[in-house]
Amino acid sequence: MDFATRKALRHAGDHRISRRNLLGAAGSGSILCTISRAFAEEDANPEPSGTKAKNVILLWLEGGPSQWETFDPHPNSRYSGEASAIRTRVPDLMISELLPQTAEIMHHATLIRSLTSKEGDHERAVYNIKSGFRPDPTLIHPSIGAVICHENEEAAELPRHISIVPQNSPGVGGFLGAKYDAFKINDPAQPVPDIENRVSQERNSQRIDDLYSIVETEFQRGRLRKLEMERTLHKTATDAALKMMSSEQLDAFDISKESLKLRNSFGDSSFGRGCLAAVRLIESGTRCVEVTLGGWDSHITNHTLQAAGCKTLDPALASLINLLKERDLLDSTLVICGGEFGRTPRINPAEGRDHWPHGFSMFLAGCGIGKGKVYGATDPEPNPNAANTLAHVEKPVTISDLHATIYTALGISPHLEYQTPIGRPIKRSEGQPIKQILS
Amino acid sequence: MRIVISSIVKLTRWSWLLIVILLAYRFLSSGLSTPSLSQGLEPTRFISSLGKTQQHDGLGATIHSSTGEEWSIPEVQEINRSISVLDEIYLKDLKEAELQRADHADWLTVCRRLSLALVGSGISLEEIRNLEQLPQKEREETHLQNLLLDSRHHHYWAERWARYLVGTDGGQFITYRRRRFRIWLAEVISENVPYDQIVHDLLTAEGLWTDRPEVNFYTATFDSNDGNADPVRLAARTARVFLGLRIDCLQCHDDFLGNVNLGDANELREGKQQDFHQLAAFFTAAKTNGLQGIKSGTCDYSYQYLDETEEITVNPKVPYGEDLVGTETNPRHQLASWITHPENQQSARSAVSHVWTLLYGKPMGEAVDNLPLDETVHPLLDALAKDFIDHGFDIRRLITVITGLQAFRVDSRADFQVTEEHEFHYAVFPLTQLRPEQVAGSIIQASRIKKTDRDSSLLLQFQKLIATNEFVERFGDRGEDEFDSEHVTITQRLLMMNGKMVHESIESNPILNTTGHLAMFAQDDEMVIHSAYLCTLNRYPTEVEQERFSQRLRDADDRGKAIEDLMWVLTNSSELTWNH
Repeated sequence: MDFATRKALRHAGDHRISRRNLLGAAGSGSILCTISRAFAEEDANPEPSGTKAKNVILLWLEGGPSQWETFDPHPNSRYSGEASAIRTRVPDLMISELLPQTAEIMHHATLIRSLTSKEGDHERAVYNIKSGFRPDPTLIHPSIGAVICHENEEAAELPRHISIVPQNSPGVGGFLGAKYDAFKINDPAQPVPDIENRVSQERNSQRIDDLYSIVETEFQRGRLRKLEMERTLHKTATDAALKMMSSEQLDAFDISKESLKLRNSFGDSSFGRGCLAAVRLIESGTRCVEVTLGGWDSHITNHTLQAAGCKTLDPALASLINLLKERDLLDSTLVICGGEFGRTPRINPAEGRDHWPHGFSMFLAGCGIGKGKVYGATDPEPNPNAANTLAHVEKPVTISDLHATIYTALGISPHLEYQTPIGRPIKRSEGQPIKQILS
Repeated sequence: MRIVISSIVKLTRWSWLLIVILLAYRFLSSGLSTPSLSQGLEPTRFISSLGKTQQHDGLGATIHSSTGEEWSIPEVQEINRSISVLDEIYLKDLKEAELQRADHADWLTVCRRLSLALVGSGISLEEIRNLEQLPQKEREETHLQNLLLDSRHHHYWAERWARYLVGTDGGQFITYRRRRFRIWLAEVISENVPYDQIVHDLLTAEGLWTDRPEVNFYTATFDSNDGNADPVRLAARTARVFLGLRIDCLQCHDDFLGNVNLGDANELREGKQQDFHQLAAFFTAAKTNGLQGIKSGTCDYSYQYLDETEEITVNPKVPYGEDLVGTETNPRHQLASWITHPENQQSARSAVSHVWTLLYGKPMGEAVDNLPLDETVHPLLDALAKDFIDHGFDIRRLITVITGLQAFRVDSRADFQVTEEHEFHYAVFPLTQLRPEQVAGSIIQASRIKKTDRDSSLLLQFQKLIATNEFVERFGDRGEDEFDSEHVTITQRLLMMNGKMVHESIESNPILNTTGHLAMFAQDDEMVIHSAYLCTLNRYPTEVEQERFSQRLRDADDRGKAIEDLMWVLTNSSELTWNH
């Protein structure tokens, strides 16, 4: 820590520090005093009454879903393959026939059909879409859920950023800190991991007592001043974990509390159950829930794989939108559905489609997003070898623009400047919000 | 006759059974009693006449050279001289900062730090018992030198080095073999290949990624450049890892924040976009040659700079110290020779910074790879870099010197008010959270009496691998940023309190774990508590702790469960998951 930072921290000791100072100090580990202060302030500064918190549900289609077989089918074109299209509740909007239930809720949503990126590798593209930035060896950017939770510190018995059935890339806090990493759970049909005491309550209480009255006390003796609040947060995290273990809100993870009819409407899949749990978690105060559905990487037998994915996605997505609407949560919850890139127009000899970041689709609905809109378009018969990869995309949208639009829809300034732990200024998003997509 | 034969057979069977029982008992009860010198570790010989040990228990042991041979007395004296010079700088810094210094930490604490740093876990009870047989002033050095020759250290550091050399990503499936790369690193660490040689081998690597594992330094970037080495990523990686400079921002624009100063050492200037891309141009000489892997060629790099209208050809050029560039015709050899030039002290600073960070769990300055050319990150850095160069880039010697410093041996607690400033100047040993693999390693080690290494049973090694991977994934692996300061999270506490690994480690198991051993073989409650503390926290209990847990054991209806509870408490403590 340099002396300027230490000076800033001394100043921070007496006054509520700015976010810039806060993040500037973070590099030295002193972000902890801010975090601990945030914990302390949680009770003192509850969210203003009447203000509805804004949330995100990210339906992450890992592997790269084909826009041809989902939201941008171009029926009867040279490259359409076996994909056909159906009408939706929005006049003139057609989507894949593989998504019949989704077609019935498209009047709540907006489709972006012209997303473009420069990342055609899974790992890098996932990072790109989830954070809004291309991979950078110098730092890890936070994902959307982490940004939302960081923007609105608040008390909660349950984690505010949750990833259900995460595969390779659950949301991370990145340079904002591990505190904002997604709490990971598996299929909601299974209990939340590590949430159950392995011993009786009495025995556990005795363990906790011995831990804090004896061993932790001894550890703190003669060591750093305010060791707990300014360095380890060991007891703070333990208290939060114990609170979660005994919280009645844990029921939010338990989808068996919902009717059989409702559960069935989401489909018999971990993804469907995850979508239902996502609604319950949002109701309980979680700010961002990510539900992952894999299996979209269709280099061979594209149509079969995409059809299988759509069979799982379709009832879950449609039921999710309907349930959010029914429970008056759609206006305050932004639903995002898509993957890391699209798939090639040309069908390869193995009847597959390969990676295609030059024009693919993203589904947005809910909080701050327009209804029944389509933004951008792709050429039904693009030249895959064209030098200008944007030539066949109408109104191209960059990943940065997508993030700027999402943050704006959530009422968060996309252009706020963070300082990374080493003092490097980083904008929340380097893109521009697309007004036509917003409500 | 038949009766005689039958008797012999029976006698043989019973003898075998008796031998098996005795061996099992010896295994189960090992570590709980004071071992004889003939058991386990053979203590190394010491050269106490060198005098250093009398001053602050510094280097006093016979130490090993790169080949594992004992170093000569003059070499040991030279190491002691280096430590003395560096200690003077350290003490001068404390004096100027007007800071009190904590006392020397006890030998167990120092040995725990060494184990955490070099093999990624705490010390085993077996190792502690063996060290206890030595005179106290010899224990720390003996432990250090034993660890440096331990295969656990070579493999553990290989993974840490792999993280900053190639990252943790999977890379391209066919052309990138991270495991091969890691094993190669373990081999060069085991052989104590000089640092400059390692860097040279990496930067000039040629051949197939399977035959020449160092080639994976290049193929790790194939995924972002269509099956070819990515000059931009390699430039950023080289600047950070081998030069200790963060010049990534120059990829897109000139430095307008005054963060990057480059150019001539005596006349530094603000970094420019050209600095980054000229460095990147060196790597375009690494050509992909199909199934023959990487081969050398000529540089061909062009880039469209910000505010320019077209791409221009960019020729390779180093970002500072151009006068040190040699005359090699192969651009990659030229770059490698420049980086490892004895007068390129910045490169040695970077190497020292990485080794220091692995040993202390925190960088000397703000970040392990941010050592601006014109800033004194820490008073010890330049002196250590010079010492490293002067002694042939010998990594094992560097580790011995750094861990011999008073800064490494000082206590983390003091009888004065400890502040972050004390930690910054190493007036006290800094408290750092263990990385996930260190926590996992410490839990697994704490659950065993003997040290867990490659000589352990295959079953145990397999269990350790699986359990560690699961644990690290849940605990939260920070990947390449593993030295960023962090704090305890809810997920981590849930995992520690209720998780499978901790549960299986502390659950009484007479064959495999400490809890079972203590329940079956410890003579009394005092022995149970002492052994539990030594296994988990690598220290003896205080009187208050002894009293509390003695009472718990006395009052327990089920003594086995009371020992489990004791192990749970110690495993869940901050002390186990923090270096101190």
